[in-house]
Amino acid sequence: MSNAADSKTAELRELYRELILDHARSPRHFGKLPDATHSAEGINPLCGDKLKMYFRIQDDGQIDDARFEGSGCAISVASASLLTDTVIGMTSDEALHFFSAVIARLTGRTEQVNGTEKSIDLGKIRVLEGVKEFPSRVKCASLAWHALNSAILNHDQAVSTE
Amino acid sequence: MSQSAKAPSAESGPRSIEACRADFPLLAQSINGEPLVYLDSAASSQVPNAVIDAIADYERNDHANVHRGVHTLSHRATDRYEGARDSVQRFIGAASRCEIVFTRGTTDAINLVAQSYCRPKLAPGDKVLITHLEHHSNIVPWQIVCDQTGAELVVAPIDQSGQVDKAQLIDCMDDRVRIVAIAHVSNALGSILPIEEIIEAAHSRDIPVLVDGAQAIPHLTIDVQALGADFYTFSGHKMFGPTGIGILYAKEALLEAMPPYQGGGDMILEVRFDGTTYNELPYKFEAGTPNISGVVGLGAAIGYLEEVGMDAITAHEIRLLAYLTSSLGSIEDIRLIGTASNKASVQSFLIGDIHPHDIGTILDHQGVAIRTGHHCAMPVMDFYGIPGTARASLALYNNEDDIDRLVAALTKTVEIFS
Repeated sequence: MSNAADSKTAELRELYRELILDHARSPRHFGKLPDATHSAEGINPLCGDKLKMYFRIQDDGQIDDARFEGSGCAISVASASLLTDTVIGMTSDEALHFFSAVIARLTGRTEQVNGTEKSIDLGKIRVLEGVKEFPSRVKCASLAWHALNSAILNHDQAVSTE
Repeated sequence: MSQSAKAPSAESGPRSIEACRADFPLLAQSINGEPLVYLDSAASSQVPNAVIDAIADYERNDHANVHRGVHTLSHRATDRYEGARDSVQRFIGAASRCEIVFTRGTTDAINLVAQSYCRPKLAPGDKVLITHLEHHSNIVPWQIVCDQTGAELVVAPIDQSGQVDKAQLIDCMDDRVRIVAIAHVSNALGSILPIEEIIEAAHSRDIPVLVDGAQAIPHLTIDVQALGADFYTFSGHKMFGPTGIGILYAKEALLEAMPPYQGGGDMILEVRFDGTTYNELPYKFEAGTPNISGVVGLGAAIGYLEEVGMDAITAHEIRLLAYLTSSLGSIEDIRLIGTASNKASVQSFLIGDIHPHDIGTILDHQGVAIRTGHHCAMPVMDFYGIPGTARASLALYNNEDDIDRLVAALTKTVEIFS
């Protein structure tokens, strides 16, 4: 029984890793980006998560700033915070490839192959992989990423996880 | 139409409420390796053997269409269907069985009233009066009919405890208000509204009242005549019956004057291309082949509730709610949302800055099922300036152990987040 309880706690700690709790408590790049060139809202109507993602993309495609605002659970806020950390400095094409790789990894699907995703090192985004064991939380982890994709491709289209 | 065998205890007098848990087979399972603690009955209550068996017996032995065939099975199906209508009438104290309309649920019943009763009556400048604590199902149908007619939706305020401000609600009842639509019990906050007084005040101004009784029906004895409600609506699946079946109770004179909501079979007496004669009440409002097995299940759920006794259920839940409230008080940084003095056994809460969704996941991992989110009451969340809450709701089958397990699981949640 206490072994079972320990392994249960271990599974929960795998989902709520220190890095996730840290980003949830102190989100990086939090706030509006007044001179954003691209933005999109991500909404999870089921739980009320609502994030607005902002990106400033230079003419050469370089993302030189990213911010977000809104509210959500620890997983969705940490994911958004980690996203901003990750995509600053990428080109928008690199960010789209990275998006595909992250979604593939979070949903446990084989990565769609047009070659590039396979070789992408997700770096600290790997911390989100714990959601695979919690199907109802995959949407939380992927919300900001869908908004990133929408911001780059469609400019300002709100995305919903439903 | 021999009913299937009842639960074996029937001969031993009133059921002890503690024994009822064993009537719900679903509860005897483990979730994520822990015995299930089900605290989400306000979203959907579990179903006792009496209901499962009645539906199975109907499907195995009596299935046929109702009100149609001359054959034996059709008679049996009709008897079961109409027998359940009698049960509903008795259960809520309606004056006549023709005042009981079967619907898909509370939402369907409210939409029926909005479209059939209100839409023809509403003109620009007229008002529909609701309160700030309503479920979306008692907001959106009124927004739709207001859009269609140019009427205005007026929202009466609530106080910090989550109770409707009665005086302000009554102040809103001016001579342009055509209907008052209010919850009997708030699904998000548990508050029991003083609907008798609200109905009395509305009637003294000749305003009819619709009561959304979805959250009241599993907890309280309902007597629609004593309440004076013009319309009373509820759902089978909040009262230990199946989903997809609900009730619109309406005073006969009102139903009589209302045009049909939907057209089709069963709601007609005679159809000709130059005109159709509608069926008598309540069939005028039951177009198409109905949810017969759902009705049979609802009838069985009522039989079960009558056997256990609503007074016993209410008393049990008052005791449990007091235990829940005091137990939650031991959790660090907890904030109770919904603290009205008169409440049903529903408690929303927040813990520190932990998002409700995270609480829900960590509890589920320990076998404890609660609801998290906005509870289809987004204006309530806006009122408190919160994105959502965690909500534990208790039913007749819950006990102190369930609450102890909840508290232990919440303590673990705080630990993970500390």
